[in-house]
Amino acid sequence: MKIQETNKQGKMKVNFSYIIDITASGSFLKIFRSILVSFLYLLVLPVSRYAQENSDCMMCHEDNSLSGTRKGKQISVFVNQKTLASSVHSGIDCISCHTDLEESDFPHKEDVDKAQCKTCHDEVSAKYEKSLHGKAAAKGDRLAPLCQDCHGSHNIKGVKDSKSLIAPLNIPALCGKCHKEGTPVQQQRNIEQTNIIENYSESIHGEGLLKKGLIVTATCTSCHTAHDILPHTDPGSSIARKNIANTCAKCHAEIELVHRKVIKGALWEKEANVLPACVDCHQPHKARKVFYDQGMADLDCLGCHNNRDIKASGNKHSLFVDYSIVKSSRHSNISCSQCHSGVSPSHIRPCDSITQKVDCSSCHAEIGEEYKLSMHGTLEAKNDPNAPSCSECHGTHNILGNKDSKSPIFPINIPNLCAKCHREGESAAVRYTGSETEIIENYTESIHGKGLMKSGLTVTATCTDCHTAHRELPHDSLLSSINPNNIPSTCGNCHHGIQEKFEKSIHSAKFNKTDKALPTCDDCHTAHKIIRADSEGFKLKIMDQCGRCHEVIASTYFETYHGKVSQLGYTKTAKCYDCHGAHDILPIENPASHLNRRNIVQTCQKCHINANKQFAGYFTHATHHDPQKYPWLFWTFWGMTGLLIFTFVIAGIHTLLWLPRSLQWRRQLNKKKLIDKKNNSGNNE
Amino acid sequence: MNSEDIQKTNAGTDQQEVREDGKIVINETQIERFSRLNRILHVLMIVSFISLALTGMTLKFSYTSWAVFLSKLFGGFELAGYVHRFAAFIMFIVFITHIIDLIRIKRKEKKTLKEFLFDQDSMLFNKHDLKDFIDSLKWFLGLGERPEYGRWTYWEKFDYFAVFWGICVIGSTGLTLWFPEFFTQFMPGWVINVATIIHSDEALLATGFIFTVHFFNTHLRPEKFPMDIVIFSGRIPLEEFKLDRPKEYQELIEKGELEKHLVEAYQPIVIKTIKVFGWIALITGFSIIIWIIYAMIFVYK
Repeated sequence: MKIQETNKQGKMKVNFSYIIDITASGSFLKIFRSILVSFLYLLVLPVSRYAQENSDCMMCHEDNSLSGTRKGKQISVFVNQKTLASSVHSGIDCISCHTDLEESDFPHKEDVDKAQCKTCHDEVSAKYEKSLHGKAAAKGDRLAPLCQDCHGSHNIKGVKDSKSLIAPLNIPALCGKCHKEGTPVQQQRNIEQTNIIENYSESIHGEGLLKKGLIVTATCTSCHTAHDILPHTDPGSSIARKNIANTCAKCHAEIELVHRKVIKGALWEKEANVLPACVDCHQPHKARKVFYDQGMADLDCLGCHNNRDIKASGNKHSLFVDYSIVKSSRHSNISCSQCHSGVSPSHIRPCDSITQKVDCSSCHAEIGEEYKLSMHGTLEAKNDPNAPSCSECHGTHNILGNKDSKSPIFPINIPNLCAKCHREGESAAVRYTGSETEIIENYTESIHGKGLMKSGLTVTATCTDCHTAHRELPHDSLLSSINPNNIPSTCGNCHHGIQEKFEKSIHSAKFNKTDKALPTCDDCHTAHKIIRADSEGFKLKIMDQCGRCHEVIASTYFETYHGKVSQLGYTKTAKCYDCHGAHDILPIENPASHLNRRNIVQTCQKCHINANKQFAGYFTHATHHDPQKYPWLFWTFWGMTGLLIFTFVIAGIHTLLWLPRSLQWRRQLNKKKLIDKKNNSGNNE
Repeated sequence: MNSEDIQKTNAGTDQQEVREDGKIVINETQIERFSRLNRILHVLMIVSFISLALTGMTLKFSYTSWAVFLSKLFGGFELAGYVHRFAAFIMFIVFITHIIDLIRIKRKEKKTLKEFLFDQDSMLFNKHDLKDFIDSLKWFLGLGERPEYGRWTYWEKFDYFAVFWGICVIGSTGLTLWFPEFFTQFMPGWVINVATIIHSDEALLATGFIFTVHFFNTHLRPEKFPMDIVIFSGRIPLEEFKLDRPKEYQELIEKGELEKHLVEAYQPIVIKTIKVFGWIALITGFSIIIWIIYAMIFVYK
C-alpha cells in the first residue's frame, strides 16, 4: 500500500510536467494522446495490479521527447526499442531489470530505482560489491562506477561485439574515462600510478592492442580483472605482489621458462616475497621499459668474473669481481646486468654485446640530469680526462650509502674525496683560475672543517653542502649554489635564522634595489676560511671587510677612541657590527635600525650603561679634517695645532740662540775648573 | 778656596773621607735650593707624567706598531687605561699637595697674600723677569753679558706655569673623557669629540715641550750637560751656585741667610741612584720624542 500512496502523489506530478513538456513540444497529436492516456490512467487506477508487458512500458517510453526527473534533474526517459532489441538483453522484460516497477500503477513513480543487474548476474555482482569500485559506491562515493557506467544500460552488448563498451579495444578508453590524467578520480582519490592510460598505450600491451588491433593482448581488465578490482595491497587482488605472477602467467604461460636464468622457476611462486615480482622489472603500465634485458643471473656473470686471473683483452686490467663486496654494497639487490646493460643471455659470452659503459642514470635519472648540467658533467661530456664520473666519487662495486661511515661520500670523508682533485697541485686545483687558494687546508682549519673532521659533527657543512653533490658549478654561473645571488639561501640551508635577518637587511638584494655590488655571506666570512664570529681574529678583521666598501666611514672610525682601541688589537670596544648590527643592518631611517633615533640610546647602553640621549650625539666617525661637517672639531684641531706650533717656534728660537752662549759659558766655567771638579766628583761616585 | 786649590784637592780626592762607619763624607759646601717635599713632588710628577705620556700615546698613535707593542707591555688597553687614570690621580695629588704647601708656607712666613704673590722669590712673573728676558736675548745676540739670574729664572717660571695650564686643560678634558655619561647630561655629545682633540693635542704639546725645551733648559744646555740633578738632590755646590745665580747669592749674603741654607753633600750612593733615575727619565723622554716624530712625520694617518 505504501507504494501505491507514493504512486498517487507521483501521478499528479507526471501529469503536470507532462503538460509543460507538451506545450514546449507543440505537437497537437501528442497533446491529444497524452490527455487520452491520462484519462485512461484515471479510469484504470482503482483496478491496479497486473504484470506489465514491454509493450505497456513502450506505450509511453517510445516517445523520444518523454522526460522524467531524477533527484530533481530533468532527464530523458525515452527507450530506443531498436537499441534494446540489438542488445544482449533483447527479449528480456523491462521489469526484469526495473524490478521496482513490477506491478506498479500507471503512471509509475518518479525517481525510479536503478536497474537491478544482480537479479541475473548475482555472481558478478557479488564480486563487484567486494571490489574497490563496489565498496566506494556503497559508501556513496559519487565518483564510483556502477554497472551501467561500464556496460551501458539498454544498449548493453557482449564483450565480443566490437561496438561494445567493454570490447577489449575499448576498455582502455572506458577505464580512461576515470583513470586518465587530470580526471577527478586521479586527482582526488588515492591512486599511486600516474599517466596510467598514456603509459599503457605506449607499452607493449597497449601498442599491441591499440595500434595493431591485437585483441588478445592484455588490457586493463586482463590484469586488474573486470569486476573484483582491488588495490595491490589487498592480498586477494590480482595485482597483489603474491598474485601478480599468476596474473601475468594467464597470458605469459611460459614466462617461467623465459625467466629461468633470473629466477629458479619454482621459487618464484612459492616465495614471492623473496624473489622479484613481475612488476619489479616490468613496470605496470610501462611494460616495455624493461630494466634489464631478458634476465641474466649474477651467477652467470660470476662464472667467469669470479676468477681472480681474468683480465681485459685490451689493457689487461683485472676483470675479477669480488662478489662479496657487491653483496655488502648499496646495490646488493641489484643484479649485474641491471647496470652492465646490453647483455645477450643467448650468447656464449653474454657480455660480448655490451657496448656502453655503466650508465647510472638509467636508474638515478634525476641525479644524472643534474650531473650533466654540472661542471663535472660538462667536462665529462667533453671527454676531459680529469672529469670525475659517478664512480670517481661513489666507487664501483663497493658503493655504500652516505650514511655508512666507510663510504667515500660519508660527510666526514667528503673533504678528502674532493681533495683528491682539489688539493693544491692536484688536477682540478691546477686548472682552477679563481681567487681561492689552499682550499682543502683552509677548509680543514675553518669552523666547518674543525666541526666535521675534528669533532666529527656530521651535520657540519662539508664541500657538498655548499657546492651541492651533483650540480656543482663555478660561482659565476647563475645556477650555481655559490653564485652571489644564491649564497644566502645556500648558507641559509643551515643558518636559516641568519638568512631571514640578512634578507631583510640593506646588504640583501631582496631589500636593497641598487646597482652597486652587495656583499654576501662569503664577503665577510670568507668561503673556506670561515672562523667563529666570536673569535678575536674575526672581530678585528671584520672592520677591514666593512672598510673595503665603506672606505671613508671606516677610516674616520679609526680616528675615534673605538677605532683606536681596535687598531691596537683589542676587541672590547665598539666595532662596526656592535652598533650597526651584523646581519640586520638597516638604514638609520628604518625604525628597526639599531641606529634609528628610537634605538640608538639602547645601542650605546649595550656598553655604556648610563648612556643618555646627548651621549649618543658623540660622533663615532668624527674627523677634524672636514670643516663643513664637523666645524667644531676642525677649528679645535687647528686652534690646538696653532698653539703647539707657536709655542715650539718661540721656545725653539730661544733655545737655538741660547746654545752658542751656553757653550761659551761652559768654556768659561771650564777655565775656572768648576766643570772638571763637577765631572770628577761625578766619576768618582 | 781658589781654583788651583780645588784642582789639587780633586786630584788627591782628599775632599772625600771614609768615616769609620763606612760612610763617605764629602767635604764640600752645598746650598739647598729645593725643599724635601718639592723634590718628592717632582719625582712623583715625573713618574706620573711619563706614565700618562706612554699610555696616552698608545691611543694617539695607535696606528704605529710601537703603540701596539707598548699597549701589550701595559697589559692591554684596559690596563693601560687604568694606569693612565691612576697616574692622572697622582698628578692631581701632586698638584693639590703643592697648593696646600704654598698656603702652609704663606702662613709660616706670616706674609699677606700680596707679599706672598709679589715678593722677589715668588713664582709669578715680575718686572725683573722681563729685564732678565731682554738681557738674556741681548746676551744670546752678543750684545751684553750673561744676566745675573736670581732665585727663579723666567724660563723656570714659564715651565712652572705651563704645568698649571696643562693640569687645567688636560685635567678637565681628561675628566670629561673619563666620565662621558656624566658630562653629556648637561653637554652635547660632540663635546666628547672636542675634548678628545684638546686632551690629545695639549698632551702632545706638554710632552713635546717637556722632553725637548725643558730638557734642554735644565739638563742638556752645555753648562749642565748631561743633566742637572738639583731637583732630586735639592742642593748644588756653593761655588757653582755663586756663578749660576749671582743675584740670589748676593741677596742671601745681604740678608745674612746664607748659612741657613748651607748643607752637607749627599752620599755618592744617593747621587748614583738619583743619576740612574735621571737617566731613565731622560731616555724615556727622548724615546717618546723619537716616537712622536716617527708617528707624526713618517707614518701619519
